Amino acid sequence: MDPREFWGKSSKFWLCLILLFAVLLGFYSNVFSLISTWQREESQSQDTHSVVLQRMQPEKKESSERDCHLDTCRIPEVPRLVYPKAQLLKPTRVDVLVMTPWFAPIIWDGTFDSAILDAQFRNITVGLTVFAIKKYVVFLKLFLETAEKHFMVGHKVNYYVFTDQPANVPQIPLQEGRQVVVLEVRNYKRWQDISMHRMEMISNFSQQRFLREVHYLVCLDVDMKFSDHVGVEILAPLFGTLHPGFYRGDRQSFTYERRPLSQAYIPRDEGDFYYAGGFFGGSVPEVYRLTMACHQVMMADQANGIEAVWHDESHLNRYLLYHKPSKVLSPEYLWDEHMLQRPPLLRKLRYVAVPKNHAEIRNR
Amino acid sequence: MHCPRIALGLGFCLLVGIALCSLWVYVENWLSVSYVPYYLPCPEIFNMKLQYKGEKPFQPVTPSQYPQPKLLEQKPTELLTLTPWLAPIVSEGTFDPELLHRIYQPLNLTVGVTVFAVGKYTQFVQHFLESAEQFFMQGFRVHYYVFTNDPTAIPRVRLGSGRLASIIPIQGHSRWEEISTRRMETISQHIAERAHREIDYLFCLDVDMVFRNPWGPETLGDLVAAIHPGYFAVPRQQFPYERRPLSTAFVAGGEGDFYYGGAVFGGRVARVYDFTRGCHMGILADKANGIMAAWQEESHLNRRFISHKPSKVLSPEYLWDDRKPQPPSLKLIRFSTLDKDTDWLRS
Repeated sequence: MDPREFWGKSSKFWLCLILLFAVLLGFYSNVFSLISTWQREESQSQDTHSVVLQRMQPEKKESSERDCHLDTCRIPEVPRLVYPKAQLLKPTRVDVLVMTPWFAPIIWDGTFDSAILDAQFRNITVGLTVFAIKKYVVFLKLFLETAEKHFMVGHKVNYYVFTDQPANVPQIPLQEGRQVVVLEVRNYKRWQDISMHRMEMISNFSQQRFLREVHYLVCLDVDMKFSDHVGVEILAPLFGTLHPGFYRGDRQSFTYERRPLSQAYIPRDEGDFYYAGGFFGGSVPEVYRLTMACHQVMMADQANGIEAVWHDESHLNRYLLYHKPSKVLSPEYLWDEHMLQRPPLLRKLRYVAVPKNHAEIRNR
Repeated sequence: MHCPRIALGLGFCLLVGIALCSLWVYVENWLSVSYVPYYLPCPEIFNMKLQYKGEKPFQPVTPSQYPQPKLLEQKPTELLTLTPWLAPIVSEGTFDPELLHRIYQPLNLTVGVTVFAVGKYTQFVQHFLESAEQFFMQGFRVHYYVFTNDPTAIPRVRLGSGRLASIIPIQGHSRWEEISTRRMETISQHIAERAHREIDYLFCLDVDMVFRNPWGPETLGDLVAAIHPGYFAVPRQQFPYERRPLSTAFVAGGEGDFYYGGAVFGGRVARVYDFTRGCHMGILADKANGIMAAWQEESHLNRRFISHKPSKVLSPEYLWDDRKPQPPSLKLIRFSTLDKDTDWLRS
């Protein structure tokens, strides 16, 4: 055999074998690296997948919020944040109660971290209802201007202004993502009726539009102004505010309705707190339920010829006694500087009364 | 005449074959902790839209006598009672058991418990179940799910009315870390296949523990975590988080609220499903990268609880280590470890 011939033929054979070997080696090592990157991508895509699933279940949100009443009901993901760590052995406030016996937080300054809460409550819209009927329209300007500075800053807000004089609603400059919606309603002769029918109006509009437009509703009095931060720390399925005149007192001294004939009746040995009628709220379904229930019992009282001693506030207190709120706001969130001495336990005053002449402003 | 060439060719093929085999063996040993083909996730379970047990409308609380909450008195407990994101921290003195019972009783809830009794851990089941019968969720419907590789080793324990136990066989593993890490996967698959129809709330507990005092509806919440008894008094830099950036359970130096224990977590079934699924995906990614977190699934649990903060936190009363002296700030230990020889158990 010719040696050159031998090598010529078998060199092709060798070449093929070597090429085959190299291809196998390359394929095998690539497969491994491909699988590991695919696993990493899978874990990332699963996270986005779960977000998509949550967004695809908006109808579930309502029904699930109905029965997870005592909890926050939302566990949204928070991005990486830097904040000081909470110390388990160092309570933030030792001078006041910060949690009710049914696990509702009582919101005082120092108990919450706004950075974490803002991250948890991003992408929500808050509705604020306020009633400016007859002469009360004069309070709107200061109310809305201070709300722009202090109320839910950085979040989307819809101001729902209920009024009988749409033309008298002032135009004030608004931040981005915030709008004023003017809702024309009827007025009543007596101021007590105006106050009580707020419940009916809120419940009607909740069903008609609030359910579709906002996540949370905050129902406020108009003859007040904001003087400090009021943010997402207040948001919960259902919340009430401690009345500044009664946070110290015993339940026997609370001005509940004490006549058994009224639907708002609360016996002397019952009651947790005296809640103020001027600051309550929650998720739209819960506020709808509250306002509907209060309106119905107020109509029942009217049919029986009785009016509760503090009108809608008495009925609100009865409702919140038997449907415990998931958060309670401290008197920082509703104060009257002219009627009350400010104690040291109130580190901030966030929402305060604007002085008014009661006789002048009512019933005219 | 062709024989030498054929012989040479065959010899070369043999050489190549041996080389490929040795390469395969080498690579397989290098990736010894990778079960990549086995772990490929089951798409049908992860995309399943689960129909959860019927929604419960909230019932009003019936009128009842109980003392008025004291707004301005010194707090009876020395522990923090609220996290900075306003989640309650549950400890003795912060809640009224009677009131909570009145609130939760009418809802007709069923609470599930998962425990894993694999290998030598089956010996703890009896004591666990007996103490649970005495202290866990009295007055509620309870369903225990006991996962084991040896169903015959699980003793029959007498249960009260409205309380059930199901024994579910699972695969055992030689390495205890493997058994521990697989729990997240097993729990999420179990919820998807069965538990979402049977229970409202689920607690995932370690089996080598006993209940010592009442554990009631104060622990129910959307997503519940328990603070680890060994780390509740130390700064976050000393928490045994996974500190290698390669792992998905990595926690940087300035992050972290509390170090939560892997022995107790729970919540609503839907939340626990999302949570365990998320942890399992993190564990899978780590497997593919050939890394196992410092404290196995507890590291992944802690990582997830930083970005998905629990809605309720249980104080170390609900997860205690009996070897530690009980500090005065913890008034009532409810659930604690048994003294045991972990080396022998894990062998």
